[in-house]
Amino acid sequence: MNTLKESPLDVATAVARHRLPAGEPWLAEVKRGQTVRIVDLEGNQAADILFYNRHDPAEHYDAAGTMLAEGGIYLSTGSVLRSNAGNPLLTIVADTCGRHDTLGGACAAESNTVRYALQKKFMHSCRDNYLLAMANADVGLTKRDLVPNVNFFMNVPVTPEGGLEFADGVSGPGKYVELHAEMDVWMLVSNCPQLNNPCNAYNPTPVEFVFWDPA
Amino acid sequence: MNDQPIVDAFPHWQRFAADLPADRVVWSEVLPGGAHWSWRLSRGTALRFAALDDRANCSVVLYAAHDPLERYNLPDSLKAQHTAHYTRGHTLMSDMGRALASFTHDTLGWHDPFGGLLDSARMAQKYGEHRYEVHRNAMYRSGRDGLLVEIGKHGLTARDLIAPVNLFSRVTVDANGRFVFDDQRKTAGASVELRCDMDVIVAVSTAPHPLDPRPGYQPGKVGIAAWKSGAAPADDYCRGFRPECARALHNADVFALA
Repeated sequence: MNTLKESPLDVATAVARHRLPAGEPWLAEVKRGQTVRIVDLEGNQAADILFYNRHDPAEHYDAAGTMLAEGGIYLSTGSVLRSNAGNPLLTIVADTCGRHDTLGGACAAESNTVRYALQKKFMHSCRDNYLLAMANADVGLTKRDLVPNVNFFMNVPVTPEGGLEFADGVSGPGKYVELHAEMDVWMLVSNCPQLNNPCNAYNPTPVEFVFWDPA
Repeated sequence: MNDQPIVDAFPHWQRFAADLPADRVVWSEVLPGGAHWSWRLSRGTALRFAALDDRANCSVVLYAAHDPLERYNLPDSLKAQHTAHYTRGHTLMSDMGRALASFTHDTLGWHDPFGGLLDSARMAQKYGEHRYEVHRNAMYRSGRDGLLVEIGKHGLTARDLIAPVNLFSRVTVDANGRFVFDDQRKTAGASVELRCDMDVIVAVSTAPHPLDPRPGYQPGKVGIAAWKSGAAPADDYCRGFRPECARALHNADVFALA
């Protein structure tokens, strides 16, 4: 199953570029018809992202509904990210990575106590990032809206025996995924600060967002 | 004493969960296929689910009763336990790192966590429309609509509807990441138990699993019995199952001190 596809878009014609440093949050708007490229600048960094209808924050990315419509657990070229109302939020139009994770979710102080050790509570986490970005943006998003997210550049395979593995190796420096917005969306990002998981070699790195207007 | 019970509660559990300690069973229900219901349950209460027919599927969602902003978290539960299926020993964890409920009994060995919920469009496409006006109580109701009704009774909306655990269903994932639904599984006679590790709101739907490829809308009946199991003891099987389960149960124990 080859879902690798390069984008014809030229960064020289982009309308905006945003470098998101390692471990930081960002809430941005993507307008309907715009294309956003997410670049894994140094490789094997997880970009934990949620999408919301810009005009109705109660409509959010739906991991289970998206997987059901796609018939499987990975996202790649052609995958449609769907909302809890069944609407297309964005479509993946290019991908040089091959698969993106729908199952792993976002790290949190509380889940780190469970996954690693009780004393991991005070480490920086994705859900802290999300909560801070939502509080600062004050656009009607709250903890209530923190649903299972997409982890771009992450590889989380399921074994035939029903095990879950955190693998890596599908991403690398400069690899990217590109999404076409099917409606005006909020894009809530945590550039994962996780330091307990070997996926990123314990070294969180920056990612870049590149935006194009409709042709 | 009076031989006649003063309420019409029927002791269904004696037929499908006769091994439960009679003096600790609180009540039981038989849900027809395609039905939905919900409860608020205290820590230390357990629900025994029994498939009474083949093709049973029971979608379960869990919220903390003290604050439904705390709720079952699919990614946290799967990744903490390195699992893509649930069976005895596994714990359903909240987004706050606490055990909401644990699997204390299971005769099947695999319950689906991928959280598929049948919606009305998919249901009509697969099985045709069966609306009340023509079919009365034999109407078809999707798992999504059933759960929206139930969580709505507790003040929650579609914004709050989470991915469920689909009891009795088995979905594997192939090498390309595609879902494969086990349509050979016979569920009649199977049973599974969830012990509440916190005070919780539980909502269930017995609509078909959305990936079930078999033709015809024939969701199985599910018997449910609630009994006072007590909170997880020190030597609890789930506590010992994985260190992550022990920590999630510890976090729930600490919360219960409040």
